[in-house]
Amino acid sequence: MSHLGEWEVVIGLEIHTQLSTQSKIFSGASTKFGAEPNTQACAIDLGMPGVLPVVNKEVYRKAVTFGLGIGAEINKRSVFDRKNYFYPDLPKGYQITQLESPIVMGGHVEIVLDDGTSKVINVTRAHLEEDAGKSLHENYHNQTGIDLNRAGTPLLEIVSEPEMRSAEEAVAYARYIHQLVTYLGVSDGNMSQGSLRCDANVSIRKHGQQELGTRTETKNVNSFRFLEAAINFEVERQIGILESGGRVIQETRLYDAVKNETRSMRSKETATDYRYFPEPDLLPIVIDDAYIDAVRAEMPELPAQRAVRFVEQYQLSEVDAALLSSNLDLANYFEEVTAICGDPKPASNWIRVELLGLLNRDDIEISESPLPSAQLGKLIQRILDDTISGKIGKQVFEALWQGVARDVDDYIAHEGLKQVSDSGELEAIVDKVIADNPAQVEQFRAGKTKLMGFFVGQIMKETQGKANPKQVNALVSSRLND
Amino acid sequence: MKIDNEVILNIAELAQLEVKDEMISQYADKMTAMLNLIEEMQSVNTDNIEPVSNPLDAVQTMREDKVTEKDLRDEYQAIAPEVDSGLYLVPRVVE
Repeated sequence: MSHLGEWEVVIGLEIHTQLSTQSKIFSGASTKFGAEPNTQACAIDLGMPGVLPVVNKEVYRKAVTFGLGIGAEINKRSVFDRKNYFYPDLPKGYQITQLESPIVMGGHVEIVLDDGTSKVINVTRAHLEEDAGKSLHENYHNQTGIDLNRAGTPLLEIVSEPEMRSAEEAVAYARYIHQLVTYLGVSDGNMSQGSLRCDANVSIRKHGQQELGTRTETKNVNSFRFLEAAINFEVERQIGILESGGRVIQETRLYDAVKNETRSMRSKETATDYRYFPEPDLLPIVIDDAYIDAVRAEMPELPAQRAVRFVEQYQLSEVDAALLSSNLDLANYFEEVTAICGDPKPASNWIRVELLGLLNRDDIEISESPLPSAQLGKLIQRILDDTISGKIGKQVFEALWQGVARDVDDYIAHEGLKQVSDSGELEAIVDKVIADNPAQVEQFRAGKTKLMGFFVGQIMKETQGKANPKQVNALVSSRLND
Repeated sequence: MKIDNEVILNIAELAQLEVKDEMISQYADKMTAMLNLIEEMQSVNTDNIEPVSNPLDAVQTMREDKVTEKDLRDEYQAIAPEVDSGLYLVPRVVE
């Protein structure tokens, strides 16, 4: 956006990550996605009188894991607070959250931008809270339908400092957080199911100005593409207002992906007074160094560490290592394929070129790949041990992708794809091709050596691609140069 | 600190409570008295004293991450004013 001119963009993100637990943060109801409405909303989630919340151990462990992953300080004594407001998807009339003493304080992440430069973004805090239910406004006889299955789902709200200066930086930061939480097993990161939602605080100010401009908060953006679009729209809108002599109003806005615009959420002045106070139903949660050390000991390898290991252990280029380690499932897939075929180079090539090509084309996640790592590993192994040629390998790959083939060895046997390496058999075919093409033989002998390719092609055709190309080359050249 | 009638009306609205007109100034007086008491307590020196967020001198125990709740939707919805297709129905809320 070159027309920004004298304006500097200031962005801070609040990212709500759904923690991947079996049960809710304060109740033993299931958090499984996609259940029939209200079948996973128990008395605690419904806010029935007399119920008491009990904290889920795993929620705490995941929050601490995340905190350690960004080098943050872990609050050894954290307290839950009530945030009071009325909305039908919040039956208790308050949300249990952490205001004064959040579990994670500080920390930072390093983002890498498209031009290769990197930037450190500081995290202010990350706190635990419960999610609300879902309101459905359509088709209920002019009433609102409430599904409370999501109520009480554990969330970690990660709040950044307002240190991002463009939509690109904000997206890079959000992507990094997404990568981190999935790598750490803190969240499944499934954005279409709402496991990662961003609120973008955006303001603009003149370059060199110290104080921040008035910000707006665009809520619940659930894709990286929408995040970029929403921020860019908001920046344009604010520049438009300020340049025409207006004033930006501090407010909450919603992003409409269909119209590609943000619009004001109508809210009463008083609605922002949440009257927080310490949650009387929960005692402070106290952990010690031993607890933190135990969580640290169980931390999985982080993406950057894994990329470094890929370069050292498998001699991959830094670019390939970064790509293959960018996603936990992809990194695991690569290591599984390599373990089976025994050679990281072709494993990397097949995954990056062939597999990722098709996955991207069909918009499929690696975890949903129709081609299991075991089969790709075996396929590469069969090429490396000369059972099949590389060309036939592509054919088998296609068959596996389309589900025509289930097992590499069965398919090779069943389709008769085994490479012809028997020199007697191959010699007979070479002789036949030479005998069938006397004119070309004459031209070759007269010096038109380019025809080598023609003979090899004919032989590959005769053998339906099953001949070992190295062997064919050697045979043809020895026959023709006799 | 003095709580006036306007503050009472604001708090009542936030809490979704109905307050009778004749009660407003009574509430204002009582709350002002409470805040005066708190002000008095705040004059005590509390340097180096950890704030008490719960009167019980204990820490929270946590539970295992296990699904222990059964689906009791039918029972809960039997006492709900209105339901449809498994959803609780409420007066329309517009976003």
